[in-house]
Amino acid sequence: MRTVTPIQAHPKVRLRLLAAHLKQAKRSWQLLVLFSLPLAYLIIFQYWPMYGAQIAFKDFIPVKGIMGSEWVGMKHMTRFFGSYDFWRVLKNTIGLAFYHLIVGFPVPIILALGLNYVRQARFKKSVQMITYAPHFISTVVMVGMLLQFLDPRTGIVNQFLTLIGVDPVHFMAKPELFQTIYVLSDIWQNAGWGCIIYLAALAGVSPTLHEAAVVDGASKWRRIWHIDLPGIMPVMIILLILSMGNLMQTGFEKVYLMQNPVNITTSEVIDTYVYKVGLISDGLNFSYASAIGLFKSIVNLLLLITVNQIARVVGKESLW
Amino acid sequence: MHHIKRPKQRIKESRGDAAFTWINYSILLTMVLITLYPLIYIVSASFSDSQAVVSGKVWLWPVQPTLDGYEAIFKHKLIVSSVMNSFYYMIVGTLFNVVLTLMAAYPLSRRDFYGAKLFMVLLVFTMMFDGGLIPRYLLVKDLGMLDTRWALIIPAALSVWNVIITRTYFRVTISSELLEAAQMDGCNDFRFLWKIVLPLSAPIIAVISLFYAVGHWNQYFNALIYLKDQSLYPLQIVLKDILVQNKVDMSMVADAVEIAEKDALRQLLKYSLIVVAAGPVLVLYPFVQKHFVKGVMIGSLKE
Repeated sequence: MRTVTPIQAHPKVRLRLLAAHLKQAKRSWQLLVLFSLPLAYLIIFQYWPMYGAQIAFKDFIPVKGIMGSEWVGMKHMTRFFGSYDFWRVLKNTIGLAFYHLIVGFPVPIILALGLNYVRQARFKKSVQMITYAPHFISTVVMVGMLLQFLDPRTGIVNQFLTLIGVDPVHFMAKPELFQTIYVLSDIWQNAGWGCIIYLAALAGVSPTLHEAAVVDGASKWRRIWHIDLPGIMPVMIILLILSMGNLMQTGFEKVYLMQNPVNITTSEVIDTYVYKVGLISDGLNFSYASAIGLFKSIVNLLLLITVNQIARVVGKESLW
Repeated sequence: MHHIKRPKQRIKESRGDAAFTWINYSILLTMVLITLYPLIYIVSASFSDSQAVVSGKVWLWPVQPTLDGYEAIFKHKLIVSSVMNSFYYMIVGTLFNVVLTLMAAYPLSRRDFYGAKLFMVLLVFTMMFDGGLIPRYLLVKDLGMLDTRWALIIPAALSVWNVIITRTYFRVTISSELLEAAQMDGCNDFRFLWKIVLPLSAPIIAVISLFYAVGHWNQYFNALIYLKDQSLYPLQIVLKDILVQNKVDMSMVADAVEIAEKDALRQLLKYSLIVVAAGPVLVLYPFVQKHFVKGVMIGSLKE
């Protein structure tokens, strides 16, 4: 084995390099001034909480503060792994995430591919405008709508079921239906919006490819398969990586709002659990809740790195 | 039908392609109907008679149109005050957001900005790793922002995603020749940003303003954890109590005596409330929609 000696810069050269750096920094001083406020925001509101996450390994006592509280190592993590709730919450989180990914991922792609073959500009515009709209509805209103529609007595779905002679169903009180209601309503709300990025990617597919394919007598099905899909593949992979990286990040707000004592067996996910343990329960288990939250963040980060690595090797496409 | 109207005679579609077109239009139409029906139903229900709503007589259009639901809303003091609060958070919050986003995005868009790479990494990393709910709560608490309006504005002052699309927009639209020419004339960075970049950035400013404004209008979770004082509540918190937890004090809005009547009015109020809560945003967004292409697409795809 050969050892490589690092190139040692002559002190004078190093000094000149430093001077060049300073000069460049000085030339950007106005930009630095502009950036200082956002930078302060990042440090205070993003990086300080990361630093504060150390209370996951401490017994946090408010009067002693983050620094002053005592280290207890993995105590809270192990307590979580050993708790009765752990497997249930983890299973619900991952189950919901995969269900959402598998059912929800293709819909925007299908919508975008379809829209791409619409000739009438006005029809295309209208479809877009209408399908984007639900994206702007708030989570609270969305869940409110679900509860109204699915109400066992007055909801329109059960009114319809009664009309065709089927017994009313109390949808929200069925634990086995929770995930389906969550996923389908999410598709209703976000699939249209999700297709924007694919439409942009499709717009970037060279028209000459399509012209050549038409001359060769390729059908539209084949053009989708051989031209459009490969064309949007990079975007698909990037979005897939991102959603894998957010796998544990189930939509806290919506899940929390959809929860009720009956469906809690399938609807308790990590985020809602952290909230309840940390901020609602009387014990004020800040450290325990932080440990669970940190566990989630770390798993997310690892997933993101892993999937990105796989995508880089297999598909030659990656985030970084 | 449209085959006949088409001005230029095109090569006749093959069978497979004709089938494709049929299937395609059917799918798209189905999606449109599925999206539209719930929205139309809610608007219709909100204008209908309360008894007609709860007994399932409303299917598509309003039945025995009334404004009872809306009247009930305006009598409900908490709803009115929370709508005011939400407007406040939306306007002030968005102002903070947009200014801060531009201040972050413009320097990052400049290739000669000293430290751009490091700052970009700092920014993007926050998308991948999160300190967690509890440390963030403790921070807001330590800063003395609990139960103040600031709690809904400052901690959410910047969205990394919006910084990135704005930065890319700048990179694509503001050419380096423009900057060089301005620098030749002795224009400094502040002036350049103010006089040249901003006037060219109306589309992206419109888009991020919409995103931020909608975010503030729809925000409830931060209010849920940071606010206890009812007089500061944004609309979404009040909506949550009424729509999701069914907590609505009917004595506040009506003097109906009978329980059944009250109950029906409560349902009607919910539909009207959904319209009031979602309406402003849904009416606003089509005006900005034409900028999505310019703003979001350029912003998110290139690089």
